[in-house]
Amino acid sequence: MTWYDSFLQQFVDGLVLGSFYALVALGYTMVFGVIKLLNFAHGDLYMTGAFAGFGGLSLVSGFLGAGWLGIFVAMLLAMLAVGCLGVVIERVAYHPMLGAPRLSILITALAVSLGLQNAALAMTGGQYTAFSTDLGFGGFNLGNLFLSYNQIVLVTTAAVLMIALELFVSRTLYGRAMRAVSIDKDMCRMMGINVSAVIAVTFFIGSGLAAAAGTMAGAYYGSIWYFMGFLIGLKAFTAAVIGGIGSITGAMLGGLILGLLESFGTHIPFIGSEWKDVFTFSILILVLVFKPTGLLGKSEVERM
Amino acid sequence: MDKHSPPTRPDVDEHDAHKTKPRNPLQRLYAAFESPGRRRALHLTILAILIVTPWISSQYTTVILTNALLYVVLCLGLNIVVGYAGLLDLGYAAFFAVGAYTVGILTQQFGVNFWAAIPFALMAAALAGVIIGGPTLRLRSDYLAIVTLGFGEIVRFTARNLEITGGASGLSHIPEPSLFGWHIDSSIDFYYVFVVLAVLAYIASQRLFDSRLGRAWLYVRHDEDAAEAMGINRVATKLAAYVTGAIFGAIGGIFFSVNLGAISPESFSFQQSVLILLAVVLGGMGKIPGVILGAFIVVLGPELLRDFGTLRLLIFAVLLLLIMLFRPSGIWPEKRS
Repeated sequence: MTWYDSFLQQFVDGLVLGSFYALVALGYTMVFGVIKLLNFAHGDLYMTGAFAGFGGLSLVSGFLGAGWLGIFVAMLLAMLAVGCLGVVIERVAYHPMLGAPRLSILITALAVSLGLQNAALAMTGGQYTAFSTDLGFGGFNLGNLFLSYNQIVLVTTAAVLMIALELFVSRTLYGRAMRAVSIDKDMCRMMGINVSAVIAVTFFIGSGLAAAAGTMAGAYYGSIWYFMGFLIGLKAFTAAVIGGIGSITGAMLGGLILGLLESFGTHIPFIGSEWKDVFTFSILILVLVFKPTGLLGKSEVERM
Repeated sequence: MDKHSPPTRPDVDEHDAHKTKPRNPLQRLYAAFESPGRRRALHLTILAILIVTPWISSQYTTVILTNALLYVVLCLGLNIVVGYAGLLDLGYAAFFAVGAYTVGILTQQFGVNFWAAIPFALMAAALAGVIIGGPTLRLRSDYLAIVTLGFGEIVRFTARNLEITGGASGLSHIPEPSLFGWHIDSSIDFYYVFVVLAVLAYIASQRLFDSRLGRAWLYVRHDEDAAEAMGINRVATKLAAYVTGAIFGAIGGIFFSVNLGAISPESFSFQQSVLILLAVVLGGMGKIPGVILGAFIVVLGPELLRDFGTLRLLIFAVLLLLIMLFRPSGIWPEKRS
């Protein structure tokens, strides 16, 4: 295997990882866009999505099988369920707090995160749950590069979801309303936009995308547990910041960049896999310090 | 003796009294504790309760209370950063870790005397405060939160990956300290050590709050630009908050490490930072009695819910949510004037 093949292999791995980060980062960035809240529970919605996908798969695998079709249907079910959960969380926990001090909302988000994690912990007893599928490890060789079908389907699904979102936000009426709300909520209210409904839709989509990522990650890695959302939540946030928080294209780009950086980063001498997370957080800090608006974010003159 | 006050004085007092007039029973209760005369009596009562408790309660209670007092120290430290200066720090456990690890490494691996190791731990923590604070203090509040979170995780991963920190299993057999021949080793001994630390932290917090620096923090928190226009050095003031908070955290960590005798990276996880922050916000940011109350709730709450087994943190999360929904400024909030 030459360095070139190794490079390509890392590239593919990074792309897969980046797809997960990007899908989760989208939820962060959308919610931040409309209500300026760092939704700390977002990583846990990803985890809940993985469990919902697992539940969905056991429901449908009887007649659809645990192959692509079954997983796809399970993923849609999980997106629907977790999307609704996201809306409920917004209504119950965040909506009444919108006028409260910013720190209080953040603490509320932490409480939701703690609640979701511990609900999953209570249900699973803290054990890893095997997410068994019939996907197998098939694939084909492209020169010296091995591409598994799973990787191809996964990256394609993520790409389709992201393109659909991009079209939704840029072409539909609701998408336009969402962009308007992220700029000026009060003005939107005066123009007759139902701001609450827009916020609810935003939470639905963001949570649904996290659930899609969760289900796919569960199926791809083969096991799920209650704490799986924590680190990916932080990293997806990093991705959102790299791309420029509030920017949807930025979140996708940031997710892919972070996935690739991590994948390549583990092969740089002195940065072994055990330093991978330190590497990621260092990137986060460097980006925030030197270019806080990220790659595509709009510059904003605002202090504390 | 001239009893006349300056002419404007009564007006101001009346105005204030009107504004802060207690409205509901809870506020009246808090107000009762805050009058200067009762405050002294309250201090003495609490101190007496703290001194007597280990003699009339089980060892289990003593250990839990020791933990609560450790949290009082940590929360008062974080309160300086978050409550006084208004800087959201989600990686406070990093300072706690720096204190604990510095003392752990120096005493266990280099055989340095515990008391001699303390200044090094404090210096290391202050340095960590400057390193974390320096580049980040110009950031917006939620970005600052994330950067501090990132630093917290970096410290934990570093502790896990380095050899000198004992890797993932951490350091064990950290020697117990002794003071003038008193060998501090039983749980009651450590309980009293933490009582002393908590009282010192309380006094220091109170005095810092009343100091010139404390007023500068208040000003910066309320209006940074106006503060700068009045000649307050914004960055230096915030950095002072970070360093002070770091030192409080390190003191907690120093005694935490010798109390347990063993530390591991997981003691300083993000959850730890969140729990400390939780206590501060829950109790009432910037309000010393509120923060102390918050520390006790965060430590004792899950213990009281122990019967619920794995559900206890879930119940705790729901309770927390309810408190935030109904009292968004905390249980015992700072009076607004």
